[in-house]
Amino acid sequence: MRTKIFQGMFVAMGVAILAAASLCGAQEMESHIGSLTGHSNDGKKLYKRYCFYCHGQYGDGAGENAAWIEPKPRDFTAATFKCRSTTTGFLPTDEDLYKSIARGFSNSNMPQWAPLSNQNRADLVAYIKTFSPRWKTEKPVEVLVVPPEPPINIESISHGHELFEKLECWKCHGQEGRGDGPSASTLTDSKDQPIRPYNFAGGANDSRFKCGSENADIYKIFMTGVDGTPMPSFADVIKPNDAWDLVHFLRTLQVNRKSKENEVLKAAGGKLLPEKPAPPAPEAPAAPDAKTPGSR
Amino acid sequence: MSIKQTSMVAALLMVCPALMFGAGTVKGKVTFTGTPVKQKPIDMSKEPSCAKQYPTPPTTQTIVTGEGDTLENVVVYISAGAPDETTAPTQAVTFEQKGCRYMPHVLAMRVNQELKVVNSDQTSHNIHPLAKVNREWNKSQPPGTPPLSEKFDKEEFISVKCNVHPWMRGYFAVLKTSHYDVSKDNGSFTLPNLPPGKYTLTAWHEDYGTQTADVTIAGSETKNVNFAFKAKAF
Repeated sequence: MRTKIFQGMFVAMGVAILAAASLCGAQEMESHIGSLTGHSNDGKKLYKRYCFYCHGQYGDGAGENAAWIEPKPRDFTAATFKCRSTTTGFLPTDEDLYKSIARGFSNSNMPQWAPLSNQNRADLVAYIKTFSPRWKTEKPVEVLVVPPEPPINIESISHGHELFEKLECWKCHGQEGRGDGPSASTLTDSKDQPIRPYNFAGGANDSRFKCGSENADIYKIFMTGVDGTPMPSFADVIKPNDAWDLVHFLRTLQVNRKSKENEVLKAAGGKLLPEKPAPPAPEAPAAPDAKTPGSR
Repeated sequence: MSIKQTSMVAALLMVCPALMFGAGTVKGKVTFTGTPVKQKPIDMSKEPSCAKQYPTPPTTQTIVTGEGDTLENVVVYISAGAPDETTAPTQAVTFEQKGCRYMPHVLAMRVNQELKVVNSDQTSHNIHPLAKVNREWNKSQPPGTPPLSEKFDKEEFISVKCNVHPWMRGYFAVLKTSHYDVSKDNGSFTLPNLPPGKYTLTAWHEDYGTQTADVTIAGSETKNVNFAFKAKAF
């Protein structure tokens, strides 16, 4: 009798262990970057060695160093990420996260992790994806297509400046892109922490953007928005070619950086072309539909 | 009555139990006790195109009261007792940015119902719902651009802000039920077309939190339920 009870307990324990193991297994995630496949179980070990002290045991950005860090480490449980190639509000691609780890985040405590192997970074991406159930429930979305870059010329830069004015980028970034616009001092991120708009004019020739240093990266930043911060997405309001013009103008705000854009502007005597008057005929019928204050 | 007619009536009754048993109504008022915090005038001097629309600066809308200590902008809804309604209404709800304020300040909508965001101002706004359960998105809307269309797929009370104009604050109440109302300037609310049953009513206010009340509806009666929130000192 006693043997039977003992056997029964043994079987029950075995079932419990198996159930626990399968639950843990359910947490396992993969990442796919090109031909690389990352595994969260491998990423977990790396995370505990390199990421844990800032991002915390539970991935909530509350590691022991967090109190001393500004801006705060990313909270992976919220699954809100700044540098993405996806629509605002959607999860980034595995590759977005993989690149972010390698690149680090300028003006923050997140260093470049380029010394880690490609496989290591892929494993870390997979592990980061275990902290929020969103990675299992949400379907992947379309990635922003960046069209080929048109030539950099003074027309493009001048039109970019018009857009900078019209879209009121200066409200936060300031007229000269120094991060000192009228709304700059009031900005907070989604966790109510104060946050500064990007200062384009700061830094030297090596000045970097948070989400990459290529022109296509700047294009992505304002089209996708920087989620979790005041920087919105302009994807619905800027046409692709206009977006490139804005990129070309933004480069000229990086006054200390050697760039084709700055050369073109210098060659034009540092002067932008005057604003072209809007074409009158086709625009006119659209006017009644446009929202004007007091029209309702 | 032919078989066809009978089956049609039966089908109708199945679809709409309210037809069979009559539909009840819950009515009431939301009030406050104590002294609410005085709302501060908004300094819109950084946005002249909006500031000039007001002869005197408008005040914040966190606590909006009416005569007889009534409380506006309280979302009253059936939080338990009614089945979750999965089909969203086809009509969109509209959230307007006008004079650098949100109209309405609190907008209730159904899960997956279309939300249209309109910019009637001569300045750019960014619409930034600080969702925790739903996706947190943030979109720029310059003047003269068409309305934005969005929806939320989970129930949540979401704080909405414009980062460019930090005084702009509003709320989205995304609900699973069609039985809801937002209290008017006299504090009143009405929830019509309630089939007989036992319900829990929840009243939500952005600063004062939530209160609940149980109510039983039998037949086509009208029940009166009132909520009184205790005003916070600061």
